[in-house]
Amino acid sequence: MGYLIETRNITKRFGGLVAVDNVSLGVNAGEVVAVLGDNGAGKSTLIKMISGVYPSDEGKIFFNGQEADINSPMDALAIGIETIYQDLALAENLNVYSNIFLGREKTKKFMGFVPVLDHDYMHEEASKVLKKLDINIPSLRNNVRTLSGGQRQAVAISRSIYWNAKVLIMDEPTAALGVAQQKQVLDLVNTLKDHGIAVILISHQMHDVFEVADRIVVMRRGEKVGDLVKAETSTEEVVNLIVGSEMVK
Amino acid sequence: MNSSLALSIERSKTLRVVAKNWAFFFLLFFLILFSITGRGFLSVMNFQNIVHLSVIAILMASAETFVIITSGIDLSIGFVMGLSSVTAGKIIQILYNSGNHSAGFSIFIGISIALVLSLIPGIISGIMIAKYKVPPFIATLGMWGITNGIALKISNGFPVAELPDSLTKIGNGYTLYYKPGGGFSFFGLPEGVGNEHIRDYIRLIPNSFLFLAIVLFILYFLLKKTKFGQHTYAIGGNEDAAIRSGINVKKHLIIIYTLSSFIAGIAGIFNIFQTGIGNFTPFGAMYELFAVAAVVIGGASLMGGKGGILASVVGVLLIAVLENGLLISGVEPFYRFIAVGLLLILAIVIDELFPDLF
Ligand SMILES: Nc1ncnc2c1ncn2[C@@H]1O[C@H](COP(=O)(O)OP(=O)(O)OP(=O)(O)O)[C@@H](O)[C@H]1O
Ligand SMILES: [Mg+2]
Repeated sequence: MGYLIETRNITKRFGGLVAVDNVSLGVNAGEVVAVLGDNGAGKSTLIKMISGVYPSDEGKIFFNGQEADINSPMDALAIGIETIYQDLALAENLNVYSNIFLGREKTKKFMGFVPVLDHDYMHEEASKVLKKLDINIPSLRNNVRTLSGGQRQAVAISRSIYWNAKVLIMDEPTAALGVAQQKQVLDLVNTLKDHGIAVILISHQMHDVFEVADRIVVMRRGEKVGDLVKAETSTEEVVNLIVGSEMVK
Repeated sequence: MNSSLALSIERSKTLRVVAKNWAFFFLLFFLILFSITGRGFLSVMNFQNIVHLSVIAILMASAETFVIITSGIDLSIGFVMGLSSVTAGKIIQILYNSGNHSAGFSIFIGISIALVLSLIPGIISGIMIAKYKVPPFIATLGMWGITNGIALKISNGFPVAELPDSLTKIGNGYTLYYKPGGGFSFFGLPEGVGNEHIRDYIRLIPNSFLFLAIVLFILYFLLKKTKFGQHTYAIGGNEDAAIRSGINVKKHLIIIYTLSSFIAGIAGIFNIFQTGIGNFTPFGAMYELFAVAAVVIGGASLMGGKGGILASVVGVLLIAVLENGLLISGVEPFYRFIAVGLLLILAIVIDELFPDLF
């Protein structure tokens, strides 16, 4: 069985710094892979290459067994790779449904030929997806600036779900959230898994990782230093890999 | 104390509306104030005069609105306007005075070439800003110098004169001429009525006003109703988010600066119709800075992400009414600068106090 999404020997340099060094990583459909590592280990950089933000300097990316030519975020989105970044990448000056449709706005024809934004449609569709995910936001016409951290996270996730993500990449999705909202996000990850979505999850929270991940990949100084099946490993082993006191093949 | 004041204002719906549209309410306030203090202020003719004189400033502010929403700035618009005006003037002058071409044809060709030319400074600034990451201030400052130099070269430092009369006939004409109890006509006095009777007629809606309304409607529509406008706000709100959601931000910024330059070119055409001559922009006119001031007074932020065409028009009119009213009320003209400065400070204070309002 081939991976749904896979990197082979992928490398990224920033000047003299090797942020990601020769990393191969595969994720199956319906599988959650957690990427762990200390600050600056290269986790964010790795996923940014998959989502088209940075071009890789070396190596290849495969989607569904085919080499994928990902040169921009649009290329990644086009094949169903959606990403929720650490900084969420929402336009805070726009409202909730505008953010869900950002870059892919629905238009209708004004006077038969001028394409204008179809606010009603976008509002309607956005409330449907929020309802499906059991997310409660008072008004979808409110600017994202007025929302709480958890609500913003929910908006970002709903955006990906709405656009039929096949691969969902999440960079520290629970970092800024209260306990109840963390649980909601983790439940959501399990739902995504049931729908056959390949999830790549970056987290510093060991508890989160052990709750939802099927596999755990550890990075240190740009290199992949461990690829473990959750059921066969322990917190201790993972911590040792992160800080570098032990090397496991 | 400030924040508790801000909080209580945010809770009250009426006060929210006032705080959000303070520039508009100030405009109303000054209109009423000057109507009491200034003789001759409160008249249809004076109001039309204010708008007529503000046409250029309104176009400038509209151009600047698009740029400022993306968190940029365009310093070149004042001189692009002059370049457009003298270019159109020179071409019309040559064609018309050659005796081989009608006024209409000469004007049409002159305008078309000037408008196409006015795209170029914007394309160049846009490419520098979007592709080579030159700060907008520097890129458009470069165009500020270059367009001014070229305009002076084309005009030899003199206004381009000897142009057809039809320019000012259109530019200073009115859409509707109406004689109480004596009929009306469009775009000129009725057939057979001599110019000496013009005082008998009430002249309504200057042509410049009509054309301005058309341009403003298109710009408003573009900004508020289309994908293009939505992406403009998104880029100003969070450029990274815009890039990651697949918006071609580089291309968009090049179009924004080109549009700004083009609107300045249109202002140059309005200018030649209103004055009947091709004018280079005087060095101290500072159109671009008054445009920035008007846009900010209208509620935009130089940090980007907010602002609007109508809000900027209110900003321009607030400055214009203040100037006109102070003048008519006999206040010395230099107070104009102080007034604009105070309005700007007020705009920024209100923006700081109520960031969530806009
Ligand atoms: N755009 C960039 N330009 C230069 N260096 C960068 C850039 N982005 C990341 N780096 C560097 O690359 C290394 C890896 O960074 P990255 O953000 O991928 O780490 P991370 O594992 O996500 O860390 P954290 O847990 O703190 O988010 C760091 O040393 C970082 O400083
Ligand atoms: Mg990171």
